[in-house]
Amino acid sequence: MEIEKFSYDNRIVKAFMIATVIFGLVGMLVGLTAAIQLVYPIFNFDTAYTTFGRIRPLHTNAIIFAFVGNAMFAGVYYSMQRLLKTRMFSDKLSWIHFWGWQLIIVAAAITLPLGMTTSKEYAELEWPIDIAITIIWVVFGWNMIGTIIKRRERHMYVAIWFYIATFVTVAVLHVVNSFEMPVTLFKSYSWYAGVQDALVQWWYGHNAVAFFLTTPFLGMMYYFLPKAANRPVYSYRLSIIHFWSLIFIYIWAGPHHLLYTSLPDWAQSLGVVFSIMLIAPSWGGMLNGLMTLRGAWDRVREDPVLKFMVVAVTAYGMATLEGPLLSLKNVNAIAHFTDWIVAHVHVGGLGWNGFMIFAVLYWLVPRMWGTSLFSIKLANVHFWLGTLGIIFYALPMYVSGVVQSLMWKEFNPEGFLVYKNFLETTVQILPLHGLRAIGGALYLTGAIIMTYNLIKTAHAGTFIADEDTEAAPLTNNYVAARNAGWHHRVLEHKPVIFTVLTLIAILIGGFIEMVPTFLIKSNVPTIAAVKPYTPLELHGRDIYVREGCVNCHTQMIRPFRSETERYGEYSKAGEFVYDHPFLWGSKRTGPDLHRVGGKYSNSWHYNHMLAPDAVSTGSIMPAYPWLFEQVINKAATGGKISAMRTVGVPYEVGYEDEAVADLEKQAQQIATSLKGDGIEVQPEAEIVALIAYLQRLGTDIKGEKTAAIENK
Amino acid sequence: MYKNVLQSIDNIAIWPVISFVIFFLFFIGLLWWVFTTNKTFIDKMKSMPLEDNTREHDSNSRNL
Repeated sequence: MEIEKFSYDNRIVKAFMIATVIFGLVGMLVGLTAAIQLVYPIFNFDTAYTTFGRIRPLHTNAIIFAFVGNAMFAGVYYSMQRLLKTRMFSDKLSWIHFWGWQLIIVAAAITLPLGMTTSKEYAELEWPIDIAITIIWVVFGWNMIGTIIKRRERHMYVAIWFYIATFVTVAVLHVVNSFEMPVTLFKSYSWYAGVQDALVQWWYGHNAVAFFLTTPFLGMMYYFLPKAANRPVYSYRLSIIHFWSLIFIYIWAGPHHLLYTSLPDWAQSLGVVFSIMLIAPSWGGMLNGLMTLRGAWDRVREDPVLKFMVVAVTAYGMATLEGPLLSLKNVNAIAHFTDWIVAHVHVGGLGWNGFMIFAVLYWLVPRMWGTSLFSIKLANVHFWLGTLGIIFYALPMYVSGVVQSLMWKEFNPEGFLVYKNFLETTVQILPLHGLRAIGGALYLTGAIIMTYNLIKTAHAGTFIADEDTEAAPLTNNYVAARNAGWHHRVLEHKPVIFTVLTLIAILIGGFIEMVPTFLIKSNVPTIAAVKPYTPLELHGRDIYVREGCVNCHTQMIRPFRSETERYGEYSKAGEFVYDHPFLWGSKRTGPDLHRVGGKYSNSWHYNHMLAPDAVSTGSIMPAYPWLFEQVINKAATGGKISAMRTVGVPYEVGYEDEAVADLEKQAQQIATSLKGDGIEVQPEAEIVALIAYLQRLGTDIKGEKTAAIENK
Repeated sequence: MYKNVLQSIDNIAIWPVISFVIFFLFFIGLLWWVFTTNKTFIDKMKSMPLEDNTREHDSNSRNL
């Protein structure tokens, strides 16, 4: 058997690593800005592009896709080549992947501050970018599968399975959640509505966590932790069991984001049960990682790479216990919509993803530049700053989440809410928001120190662009050894079969949870009184989406007395049938708005949007002065109506011709009512459309109630 | 949900049963294989990252 000489491509890894560091710093800085805005709203700068509602998605997208995404690709490209003993399938595809991904990030950085958003969390990017993501993801997969096929190592190490699962599942998630009807070049309406949209979104959202933030990093853990510790993984058998159970079970957990909402009970229960089951495979991974260091713990004291990895794997364990516990309905009743969820996200994000990335960077850079790390001391400083950062982030958020939730729920002995005004609860937690910002600043400082350290390291060495190596090719006729087991004979060395089986495993959960809710649409009667939005209200809703109001305000009143007392009748599934996309929200930085319609006067809304702090003293909501200058694009009305009709909203055929007239009439009514309160505004101003939308919210079923009472 | 919707699909009750059977059989099979497979094979797979011919340099911890 002839030994073949070839080389590993380090250039592509270097490129992804540089992108990781740059976008990591950018993403963290945007996050820090958002954190400060939640203490001092002046940092919204009164400009549309920098309000919290637009900055928050910029932060989440930068961290998830630009920081974690690029890091994943760096780790995958480095480890795959070496585990399979081959260079990547195609250098050209590698570079198309790299530059394509960076262009997508730039597109996100431009469109999100401009308010071009679908509002669906971690899927905010509008449809042209969604298409680009699909294309680049296919390029990535093609390169990856091609590499697997041309490998010289027949057996696929467990890390490769995690990478395959990542590729397959993210492809499915992205395509299904991105079904949307374009209205204009950068605006679309979700194909799904209300309850179904919520379910698809959180099937996607949770599995984005599972298959973008977890599985690729588990794969990286299974490669880089043994490399850094110079010992094999604790139990290979455990890694097999943990892989399959993880990918089977994770998919079903999505409904835990929708507990006590209008999602059908059976779907909620499935989500809870599978989330609890998920503890087992997740902790299997954690234990496998930590136990790998048995007998080598003294080295953790000296090696910063191992320090970061130990904290990363521990944070993974903490987050994967906390998540399932948050999925218990009684715990969720307290935690949902609060800062506790934010704490949970950041234990995972800062601890597991961030620290694993730092560990891999500190390990890779010296090796790829043929030198030693510039300063172990600075790496240790980074470690401590980062760890303190995580603590200062998470602990205040735990306190603030629970405190605010209990305040929302507190009744006095007479049976009335103690904290009737939502703002009273916000004011109490602002100091904790301040501590959280300090935590973020510490974490960012550590990352800056790391950047300096890595640059100095690179300068001291010489980059090894192509790492020469050699290996024997695979023989053509392979018969597995008889004692290798049927699993291996059938599966492990046949990558295509493996990929297909993985796809089936992940499709089962999604199919069973989602198909029945799609049947609901045609089978269960909607609430008769619920009607489609008027043209003016549609414009207003689009403004609500553009400004990112859903990032702070929910539209989902849960069936708790504390919520019905504060907000009104709890939200019914049938009320959301025309909501493309759904706007239930996932965080109450401000009050729920589902039944805000009719609660305040038009002039109250006018004044509040212009200067929230003047109307609600102490409010941290940013001001929206541009809504009073900008006018709606009436010519776009017809397009919105048609698009809505295509996705299933029953506007009459030809309604486009009357829509503008209806819009002008309703706008004039609002302008007239404002004039009565001494406010002059042109009817075409965006604020008028927004007021129309807000005044509509939750009012449909109120009419029904009044009618029912009258009929008695 | 069952009353309003699922009932109308013929033999719907078999779906969750089929799903459970798939899961159960798969994992029984997997566990059986994992515990009966050859130790040499497992040891070989375990040590794959350590035998990938990557150039090694001074480990970080020597530079304290």
